[in-house]
Amino acid sequence: MKHSKLASVSALSLVVASMGASAQAEDLTLCWAAWDPANALVELSKEFEAQSGHTMSFEFIPWPNFADRMLNELNSGGKLCDLLIGDSQWIGGGAENGHYVKLNDFFDAEGISMGDFADATVYAYSTWPKGTPNYYALPAMGDANGWFYRKDWFERDDIKAAFQEATGRELAEPKTQKELLEIAQFFQEREIDGQTVYGAAIFTERGSEGITMGVTGALYPWGFKYENTPGSYDMEGAVNSPEAVEALEFYKEFYETATPPGYTNSYMGESLDAFKSGQVAMAMNWFAFFPGLYADPNTGGDKIDFFVNPPQNQAGSTLGGQGISVVAYSDKQDAALEYIKWFADPAVQQKWWDLGGYSAHKAVLESPTFKDSAPFAGDFIEAMGAVQDFWQEPAYAELLLAMQKRIHDYVVADQGTAKEALDKLIEDWTETFEDEGKL
Amino acid sequence: MGHLATGKLCLMTETPITRAAAATPPTVARKIKGLSDRAIAWTFVGPTIFLLLAINIFPLIWTINLSFTNFRANRLNREVEYVGFRNYERILTDSDIWLNMQATAHFLFWTIVLQVLIGFTLAYLINKKFKGNDLWTTIIVLPMMLSPAVVGNFWKFLYQPQIGLFNYIVAFFTGKDPSSFEMLGSVDLAPWSIVIVDTWMWTPFVMLICLAGLRSIPDYIYEAAEVDRASKLRQFFTITIPMILPFLMLAVLFRGIENFKMFDLVVQLTGGGPGSTTELTSINLKREAFEKWRTGYASAYAIILFVTVFGLASIYVKALNKVKER
Repeated sequence: MKHSKLASVSALSLVVASMGASAQAEDLTLCWAAWDPANALVELSKEFEAQSGHTMSFEFIPWPNFADRMLNELNSGGKLCDLLIGDSQWIGGGAENGHYVKLNDFFDAEGISMGDFADATVYAYSTWPKGTPNYYALPAMGDANGWFYRKDWFERDDIKAAFQEATGRELAEPKTQKELLEIAQFFQEREIDGQTVYGAAIFTERGSEGITMGVTGALYPWGFKYENTPGSYDMEGAVNSPEAVEALEFYKEFYETATPPGYTNSYMGESLDAFKSGQVAMAMNWFAFFPGLYADPNTGGDKIDFFVNPPQNQAGSTLGGQGISVVAYSDKQDAALEYIKWFADPAVQQKWWDLGGYSAHKAVLESPTFKDSAPFAGDFIEAMGAVQDFWQEPAYAELLLAMQKRIHDYVVADQGTAKEALDKLIEDWTETFEDEGKL
Repeated sequence: MGHLATGKLCLMTETPITRAAAATPPTVARKIKGLSDRAIAWTFVGPTIFLLLAINIFPLIWTINLSFTNFRANRLNREVEYVGFRNYERILTDSDIWLNMQATAHFLFWTIVLQVLIGFTLAYLINKKFKGNDLWTTIIVLPMMLSPAVVGNFWKFLYQPQIGLFNYIVAFFTGKDPSSFEMLGSVDLAPWSIVIVDTWMWTPFVMLICLAGLRSIPDYIYEAAEVDRASKLRQFFTITIPMILPFLMLAVLFRGIENFKMFDLVVQLTGGGPGSTTELTSINLKREAFEKWRTGYASAYAIILFVTVFGLASIYVKALNKVKER
């Protein structure tokens, strides 16, 4: 009898304990793009699962469909994602349409300071309206568009001599955009080890954001501005400035004279494929891919090196990267906020970088060992010091699609002039801002 | 004798209706006894009509209503304003949209012409009795059984200028360098590249319809023509073509409607590019509706396309009926 009472009490305790645990433990779903850093995040999050008792599920969408899929999810008030690592340009829509939870009170309560994160990333990934202390995301993944090249080819004596003869200067990492083009043109259709190789892989994709992300890599170094005065939506003379026209003509020349044949609709995947298959001497892509490229057994290691997007009139790189937000429609917001708190911890951020993610935490970036921790770490710091982002307005998708069309029409389809393309872009953007009631 | 007569009467008066009435349980029979034939008919067709209204008519009316507003489905908290015919005016005066219409017309015209010509020719050949006839029919219809996404990706590789088989075949016959031309990347060639793929995929469909038409022509007509010593060419133009014309016109109608709303295959192949060269109206409409989220504007766009297809199809169906009546 005594034994049976004891057994009953034990069983009851177990039931109560398990009920308590199931009331607290949640299964959180984190949504992001399907790419190398996402795999690193899965690995990193195991630590969170062990610490918190929550379990993590992941929904990774291929990049070409990422914006479509996730914006539809947010616009429909979907509950698929509790946490979303959304593109920087979504922050305006996320905040104004009530998709993201405002994090200011949570940050204050948990002692999370935005001053601990790189200023450029806080500005780009977290704040809306821009630059105000209203936070809707924690910087999760710093990123910018950079370059990588076949170091083994650049170091070969025969190629160096040929380059010297062709251009009168030494073959080395380009210091300007024009040098970049010159090197790419030098490699275009060159025979190396019995194979015809090409200059460089650049972004020309039409459907999502590809060509815009590529062309801004030329526009920003030439001094492109979206507005004459920030916040005025006064675009005439800024978007179609002589510098912008020159940069756009430059990108078109790059596309026509220094890219592989058939390179008309290419983005991240095609750039990686072209480089890894030994087809191109150089390629542009996001820093996020650089750890994977460096680790590649065929074209990584000693065969590869990296450089920041070269300046022209000024330094300038296209911003990538994302912040992590709590989705307002989630029923598990408390658990999601726990994840954010855990992720903001400097030790976790260091591990994030070690696994292949790009931390934006100053404790990581300003560490004396950071620059030597990877061959591209120094370039990453340099790039993040001069990044510019696309419009982050709630109507960003409309603004982006207009630019995709106008730039692709000019660069790839060879329609009209650079000035006409930019003039039409101003017309499109003006119409959008008028519809938005901002003009 | 009397019994036999009653049995005969029963057999003569028994119809499906009387059989159904006899099989109806008495409780149900009592319930519907007081209903008129019209009421019973409505009871049966009512659910279908309700579904039709809910799934087709209501969304159409709702879309027409939205087309006069500035509604955006991603800004539910924004005030919706009626803008009159502004959306329609913007669409009809937008030169870019007219370019999309031109691209659609080019695609529509050439795919139909090629599919009818090749489809009919194949059907004519397959209709001849020869060894392996069935095997060839199966092989020919394979492309239309594939998913458009698969076909799109598959042809993307075929069109690849450096490793693509298509370029090599063209190069073999023309002596050109395979990597000297880009089917998907060239403004001049891209519109033809999507025509080729759609023709490859859907010609078998036209062929099957034509084959059905050819096999429906009775042999005795040809035999009579033979007796009259009509030549093969004359038989073709005076018997085959007129008798198969309704089938051909039906195939044109199906392919016309399908290709007017073509989306998946072209998105996979070119994404509407290069530039906007192959951006058909349906691709453009999808971008407006679900990427830019200009719901009101996209509704007006959809209505314009609907009226165009509906109008053209109505005229065409009238012509088809006239041909069938001949």
